[in-house]
Amino acid sequence: MAEVHFTSHLRNLVPGGPFAAAGSTVGEALRNLLAAQPQVRDYVLDERGELRKHVCIFADGERLSRGAALRRNIGPDCKLYVMQALSGG
Amino acid sequence: MDDSLLVATRKGLFALKRRRAGWAAELIGFAGIAVTNALRVNGTVYAALKHGHFGAKLHRSDDGGNSWRELAAPAFPADAADAPTLFQIWSLDDGGRHHPDRLWIGAIPAGLFRSDDRGDSWQLISSLWNVPERARWFGGGYDAAGIHSVSPDPRDADRALVAISCGGVWETRDDGTSWAVLGKGLLAPYVPPEQAEDSAIQDPHRVARCAAAPDVMWMQHHAGIYRSTDAGAHWTRLSPPGDDFGFAVAAHPRDGATAWFVPAIKDEIRMPRDGALCVTRTRDGGKSWQVMREGLPQRDAYDLIYRHGLDVDETGERLAMGSTTGALWFSGDGGARWELVAAHLPPVYAVRFA
Repeated sequence: MAEVHFTSHLRNLVPGGPFAAAGSTVGEALRNLLAAQPQVRDYVLDERGELRKHVCIFADGERLSRGAALRRNIGPDCKLYVMQALSGG
Repeated sequence: MDDSLLVATRKGLFALKRRRAGWAAELIGFAGIAVTNALRVNGTVYAALKHGHFGAKLHRSDDGGNSWRELAAPAFPADAADAPTLFQIWSLDDGGRHHPDRLWIGAIPAGLFRSDDRGDSWQLISSLWNVPERARWFGGGYDAAGIHSVSPDPRDADRALVAISCGGVWETRDDGTSWAVLGKGLLAPYVPPEQAEDSAIQDPHRVARCAAAPDVMWMQHHAGIYRSTDAGAHWTRLSPPGDDFGFAVAAHPRDGATAWFVPAIKDEIRMPRDGALCVTRTRDGGKSWQVMREGLPQRDAYDLIYRHGLDVDETGERLAMGSTTGALWFSGDGGARWELVAAHLPPVYAVRFA
């Protein structure tokens, strides 16, 4: 299970955490987690299911490029951070 | 008479109330978050947010802003042509007296969304999204075209008018089933001359309707000020003294001959002339004008009033306006004299009597 941490900007919507999420890609893990936490889904993904323009993902310390982030393969102990991209603010 | 105001700003939603000791501003929600518009209908307050990172959202409060509930924001369906994503809720309006549970949202990109359940669910009005002329719409101030003015006709439950920057003025007479572009007489100098009269590429910065004389509409256009006396079909350009560029317009709710504008030097500058802010008013349909400066800054003022930054109450006597530099003014006498209510708010996006 991946371990997913949300930016403090979203913590009022997803208190507690980090969260365990199953999936072999970033996209799978996130979608599984967001299905269980639907109140934060639209803050991370847009209505097309794509990563929002100003949200960025780190996987095991590596900042993923937005276009490829959801397709990235991850191992079972991956640490994912869902952060706000500074470009958006 | 209720003097309270909703003020939507770059950094939160404020309510301003008139107390015996003067005006009191209260931050009622969303500190730090852009509130692109706000609305109060029958005691319920709606706030449209634009998070820098997390998208456009919609919230509702049934207790005057003490507590808020997030609603599903309008979304473009996956099978909508071009399948865009919502960038911003630009306008937020009630459905008029025929549709008490209805709300309208004008968005960027230029989708028109309707709710008939107080905002619990939203539908894209695909009949407008799918007009072939949409291919000629383009952004004005934003990357994509947007809808900023929605005006239900108080006489007819099936009629409403919307205005788009830059996509002209559109009317439905069958409750949104079909749409026709209006706007004969409008002229766009920002396109090649042979296209200047194309109704579907006009940039109406804001359209306001007289509630008591609904055929009378006023427009602050990108290039000039216009008035229509046939509900938007034909427009006549007016000639106020000085600048006729600006964004906001307020229509007197009872008198079809009276409206207010806030001029600025035209498009490449967008500042008050000589650093001196004024409001212009006509009371005779545009034949003559009053330029009103009392109480407004007359030096070093670089305030711009955005589209939704000027409002008039139901009496036509009280006006409020908020600026890009965070100043808010109130007039209790039809704009003749202004009082500075707050000088250091965040940039103001929308002001509404509520």
